[in-house]
Amino acid sequence: MEWLQQLINGISLGSIYALIALGYTMVYGIIKLINFAHGDVFMIGAFIGFFAIARWGLGFFPALILAMVVCAILGVLIERIAYKRLRNATRIAALITAIGVSLLIEYTTIFFRGAQPEAYPDVIPNKSFHFLGAQISMQSIMILSVSIVLMIILQFIVHKTKIGKAMRAVSYDEEAARLMGINVDNTISITFAIGSALAGAAGVIFGIYYTKIDPLMGIIPGVKAFVAAVLGGIGIIPGAVAGGMVLGVVETVVSALGFSLWRDAAAFVILILILIFRPSGIFGKNTREKV
Amino acid sequence: MKKSKVFWIYVAIALVVYAVVQFMISSGNFDMYYSNLFITIAINVILAVSLHLVIGITGQFSIGHAGFLAVGAYVSAIFTTNLGWPFPIALLMGAIAAAIAGLIVGIPTLRLKGDYLAIATLGFAEIIRIIFLNIDYVGGAAGMQVDYLTTWTYAFFVALITVVVISNFTNSRHGRACIAVREDEVAADSMGINTTYYKVLAFAIGSFFAGLAGGLFSHNFFIIQPSQFGFLKSFDILIYVVLGGLGSLSGSIIAAILLTVISLYLQDFPETRMIIYSLVLIIVMLYRPAGLMGTKEVTDLFKFGKKSKGGNVNE
Repeated sequence: MEWLQQLINGISLGSIYALIALGYTMVYGIIKLINFAHGDVFMIGAFIGFFAIARWGLGFFPALILAMVVCAILGVLIERIAYKRLRNATRIAALITAIGVSLLIEYTTIFFRGAQPEAYPDVIPNKSFHFLGAQISMQSIMILSVSIVLMIILQFIVHKTKIGKAMRAVSYDEEAARLMGINVDNTISITFAIGSALAGAAGVIFGIYYTKIDPLMGIIPGVKAFVAAVLGGIGIIPGAVAGGMVLGVVETVVSALGFSLWRDAAAFVILILILIFRPSGIFGKNTREKV
Repeated sequence: MKKSKVFWIYVAIALVVYAVVQFMISSGNFDMYYSNLFITIAINVILAVSLHLVIGITGQFSIGHAGFLAVGAYVSAIFTTNLGWPFPIALLMGAIAAAIAGLIVGIPTLRLKGDYLAIATLGFAEIIRIIFLNIDYVGGAAGMQVDYLTTWTYAFFVALITVVVISNFTNSRHGRACIAVREDEVAADSMGINTTYYKVLAFAIGSFFAGLAGGLFSHNFFIIQPSQFGFLKSFDILIYVVLGGLGSLSGSIIAAILLTVISLYLQDFPETRMIIYSLVLIIVMLYRPAGLMGTKEVTDLFKFGKKSKGGNVNE
């Protein structure tokens, strides 16, 4: 039952990637920008959760919600200050700005608290269950259930509410949505808020699962979550979840086979293969290039 | 006729700059600190100019330049330290290896555009770094001992050759084809330009010179480690090109010189340095997205062959 164990570990890891990838994919879907700072919003979420639990003595759920709220505000600030002016700029300018914002968040955090890592406190009781010979920890169940609940809420917001409808309209055709009386700026800000809140939740979950956080922790999960978003088809919400899960399982399998040093390379190999052979992703449709 | 005359004047000025610095070093007026500064400037100029060809001229947004730097650094270090070959040949071997790596990376990824290309080059640079991390022959994560061989003479002449080759390439038929690809790929394609060929060519030439810089880089330290060639190194090179002006050769050289000097003074405060770098990058993109020089060259400001300032450019 070794394989079942690895599969469960992979899905736990994959659900963290999926939560981050959702933010990437939503932002890309609406303004066609790779938000490089997204991985750092994730890092800030992890630190907020850490302070809430370790310093202010909050429980798991209040800490999670606090991290989500702070990250949502941070996401909106980033969008309003940096990205809003660049809506009509070239893609390269927007991408460079996003890289700049990412580094600014990382090094401002290091500037104020130093680069040393922090050990996450235990908030979830360290129990585990036996299921078909595999060991499932309480943490894995918690991670998985929180992720699934958040994804269901997201699905509900996007498909059943008015703001979700506005988001879909703006991503489909921004100009037409504006003419229909949709407040495009607010819709984009709300998209950033939701995406960043999900990244914040992922940060807290990551901290609990891996127990070690540091100011540069956002870079690698951020890039991998982007890989997950591309893998599933960027701009497509179920695609991000599927991509995250696939990536998590592949990485766990590569580690389990004894190539743990090559784990990070696996994600990039997947990225390059998918970009070359199926750039629109698993769930994407091919679009023809127009002149 | 006049054009070639101006060219030789620039080369002469560059040689004077070389001679002055060399005299200061050999007469003992510059200690290790300053000679190291000048060598680092030359290496960064090579890197900036080689990335300028890829991003500024051909318009292909690559953020994985440190990967080719790493290939050049490791391969040339293997040739000098492990095999005992002379330094200039090892430099050339490193550059050729980097150019081959550029071809291997470029042929599949350059079919991608914009954001996807950026992420794919980033991914390849990481893969290159992880490969070096896992090869025990080059010391893995602990790093590799390298002889100290880089001198100001080597660094300067490699930088001079790089600038001359790339500026001549830009002004050639091939360079104009690359600029056409940058301006509008579809239009360039329909005018009969083989866009894939030119993109891969520019990428391979850029990688070649990044590999040369890598050889100088590794022999300027006593040890090289895979962690020196991470994303931050790529970002350092990117900021030279972006700040100097996308498409301006002299702009990227000036930015490389300026930022190398600034980062030397800030080296005791690495966080402050990165905060300043990232703020500069954001502000430049928000208020002057073309970079400091735009696509202009310093030489455009000094028409009629006036040359007093241009000399620094060829350095």
